[in-house]
Parts: sequence; structure tokens; C-alpha cells
Amino acid sequence: MNALIELSWITAKIVALIVPLFLAVAYMTYAERKVISSMQLRRGPNRVGWHGLLQPFADALKLLMKEVVLPQNANRFLFVLAPMLSIMPALAAWAVLPLADGLVIADVNAGLLYVLAMTSMGVYGIILAGWASNSKYALLGALRAGAQVVSYEIAMGFALVGVLMAAGSLNMGEIIQAQQGPIWNWFWLPLLPLFVVYWISGVAETNRLPFDVAEGESEIVAGFHVEYSGMAFAIFFLAEYANMILISGLAAILFLGGWYSPFEGLPLLGPLFDWVPGLVWFLLKVCLFLFLYIWFRGTFPRYRYDQIMRLGWKVLIPVTVVWLIVVAGLSLGEVGPWFS
Amino acid sequence: MQSVKEFFGTFMLTELLKGMRLTGRHLFEAKYTLEYPEEKAPQSPRFRGLHALRRYPNGEERCIACKLCEAVCPALAITIDSEQREDGTRRTTRYDIDLFKCIYCGFCEESCPVDSIVETRIHEYHFEERGEQIMTKQDLLAVGDKYEEQLFKDRAADAPYR
Repeated sequence: MNALIELSWITAKIVALIVPLFLAVAYMTYAERKVISSMQLRRGPNRVGWHGLLQPFADALKLLMKEVVLPQNANRFLFVLAPMLSIMPALAAWAVLPLADGLVIADVNAGLLYVLAMTSMGVYGIILAGWASNSKYALLGALRAGAQVVSYEIAMGFALVGVLMAAGSLNMGEIIQAQQGPIWNWFWLPLLPLFVVYWISGVAETNRLPFDVAEGESEIVAGFHVEYSGMAFAIFFLAEYANMILISGLAAILFLGGWYSPFEGLPLLGPLFDWVPGLVWFLLKVCLFLFLYIWFRGTFPRYRYDQIMRLGWKVLIPVTVVWLIVVAGLSLGEVGPWFS
Repeated sequence: MQSVKEFFGTFMLTELLKGMRLTGRHLFEAKYTLEYPEEKAPQSPRFRGLHALRRYPNGEERCIACKLCEAVCPALAITIDSEQREDGTRRTTRYDIDLFKCIYCGFCEESCPVDSIVETRIHEYHFEERGEQIMTKQDLLAVGDKYEEQLFKDRAADAPYR
């Protein structure tokens, strides 16, 4: 009986996380279209509902009604499995993200490791989708995505090692607590190069512009999901956006002090903002990163494939390795408020 | 020295930030888009839309079946048959414009010695059945009668430049 209650309690917590997450994904697509169109001096969707606010639901409904086409020579089992494999890790990784002090589904000690494992799993969905479609464009897209995600995983992993060294813990909550204090106490300052590297490889990990060679609609149609339609395509879409929000959430936790207010502990401003709940600060930080995603998309042209590989292996990885040594030095010298 | 500067510039991501500043500025600029059905772009008096045949103020049709428009039409969209009327003047019995062939070049309007065939400002029209794209003489005259006021004003505005 107790086990049953506990199970339903966990399920309730998961639902309470997943439903707002899906809503966030829906409105992320809306925000993206609006912001990009503003940058291009257009208006964006404004017909469905007030200022186009119901557009995401119209799009979702359209995708739901459409037929899921199974290509004749596709591997049926893998073709159906691939979208599930790509959405599952994107959602599962959320389990260890603390949204506010104590507001976390699973407060595990190896949280960072778990997140790293889950984000790496996402690439299987992409590779399987490209392989199972039995189409040359899908296969090319999958190969590119595979190579890209694997390369940037390394730079990202090194960047996270820096955080690990600074915080001295793999537990997400403890990483945030190590950054307690005002904005200059957060890890973005001592780990600035790692922060930039993490963010660039985070954008590459989610296959977003300017690293979207995996989709590359002008050269390989749509990459790994050319053959997908209807709900199967919608799931890939959902996974991509859920991953974006996840990477933004991680950036907020690891480098921008999670739920802490930027004025935490300051003499006058600190008490002034005490009434704002930690969840709000966290969400604001996530929104900042999501806006950066959109801003990048509105600004940069797509990287060429070999340039992506060069950036990953020859620039980002050396930078992280050098800065890891610097972090080790800072840590030994107990510099500033971060390493004492 | 230059290469050193460039090297550090690359690491400071200066060029990327410049690009982002540009798009960031555009974010707050006024939009070019018109909300089409509610807002419309201004039209020139020389706008070339749907065709019309005009009449003189006394109600007599202007067209004298000289067939200059038929001859000049590069798309061969105009078909004219004519006869001599009882009062001795020449008039058309048939004046068809195939709107699928027409390229809206305005040559017919330019060639017309009596300002009879003109192109109006109407640009929002559609066909639902095959055959509707052929504008007959009655259709053209009806359009001309309906928009005569506007047509007169547009021609008057353009007259100094002809």
C-alpha cells in the first residue's frame, strides 16, 4: 500500500513537470517564430488567436491529424522506435534538475553524470531514424549528427569537469549551493571560457543553428527526419525543443547559480528581492538562454561540416583543457569567493 | 601585430557579437509587413489590373474596332469581330480577352486611340469555372461602367506625362 502511494506520488511529480515542459515547448516554437520574424522585420504568426497565441495548438493539431507515412523499404520496428528513443532521454534528464531549493524529482548524488549520460543517449534516436528510413538524405543527416554530437560531447564533458572541480560535487543541488551569493559569486565568472565552450557545444549538441548540418534543409532536405511525418515528426520536434530547454536549464544551474537571485546576500538589494521565489529566478535564467538560442538562429549562417569539426576538436577542446589547469590553480590557491 | 590582434579577436568572438548586435537592433525596428486584407499597399494611377471598356459620357461605347490592341497584344489574348452599324460607324460585335493569356503589359491601353480599353486597379479576382477567364464585351463594359469615376481620375492624373 505504501509502495503504491509512493508510486502515485512520483507519477504526480512527473506529470507536474512534463505538462508545463510540453507547454513550454509549444510556446518556445511560438517565441522562436515571433523573435526571428522581428529580427527580419516581419510580424510572424498573428492570425490564430490574440497575437497568434494559439498558433502552437493549431500546429500541434495539424500534426496530430496527419498520416504517419511508413516508407516501403524502411525498417518498421526501428522507424517507430527512433522518435521514442529521442524523446525519452530529453525528458528523463529533467528528473535531476532542481527547479528551486528542494524542488527536484530525484535528488541523486551522481546527477551531473546522469545528465551527461542522458544527453548522450539522444543521438541514438537520430542515428536510428536516419538508418531505419532507408533514404540517402536521412542517412547522411544521421551520419553528420552522429559525428557532431560525439565530437561536442567531449568539449562539453570537459567544461562540466571544470564545474565539478569548482563545486566539488556531482549533485545538482550542491553545485548550486556552492554558488550561493550575488551574481559575481556564480561560476560563470571564474569559468568564463568553460561557460562559453559549454554553451557553444550545447547549441551543437541540440543540432541548432549555426550547427544544424544534421538537418541542413538547403543541402540534404531535412536530414534524419525527411521520411517522418505527422505525429512521428512532431515527437522529433518535441525532443529537439525539450533538449534545448534542458541545455538552457543546465547552463542556468551550472554557471548562473540556479535558483539564487543575482542580488543574494547584498546589503540593500538582497532583502528587496527576497519575496521573489527561487523558481522564478531559475526560469528567468532559462529564458535568457532560450532567447540566446533564438538570437543565434536569427544571426548566424550554417557552419560547413569540416568547420564544425575543426571548431570542436581544434578550438573548444584545447581551450577547455587549458582552463581546467587554470581552475586547478585557482582551486589550490583558494582564490576569490568561489574556491574558499 | 595584425595577426596577433586577429587571433585574440577570434577568441573574444568579436565578429559574432557584431552580428548579434545587428540582429538585436533589428528586433526593435518597425516591421515592413502589411496586414494584407486589412491594410493595403498604395497603388499608382498607372496600376495595371483587370481590363475594362469605357464609354463616352453620353453612353456611346468608345471602341471603334480598329483592332490595334488585338495587333499589339504580345500574348494574343484579345479577339475582336466587328460590323458596320446602321448609323455608319464601325463597332465591335465581339471583344474577348483571355485572362489566362494576358500578361498585363498594358500595350492594349497604350495603343488605343480612343482610350477605350483600359486596365483598372482591380487585382483581387478569381475564377471558379472553366471558361470564366474569358472576359466578353459585356463583362468588360460592365467593369468600365462600374469604375468609370476612378478610371477617369487615374487617366487625368497621368495625362501630363503622356
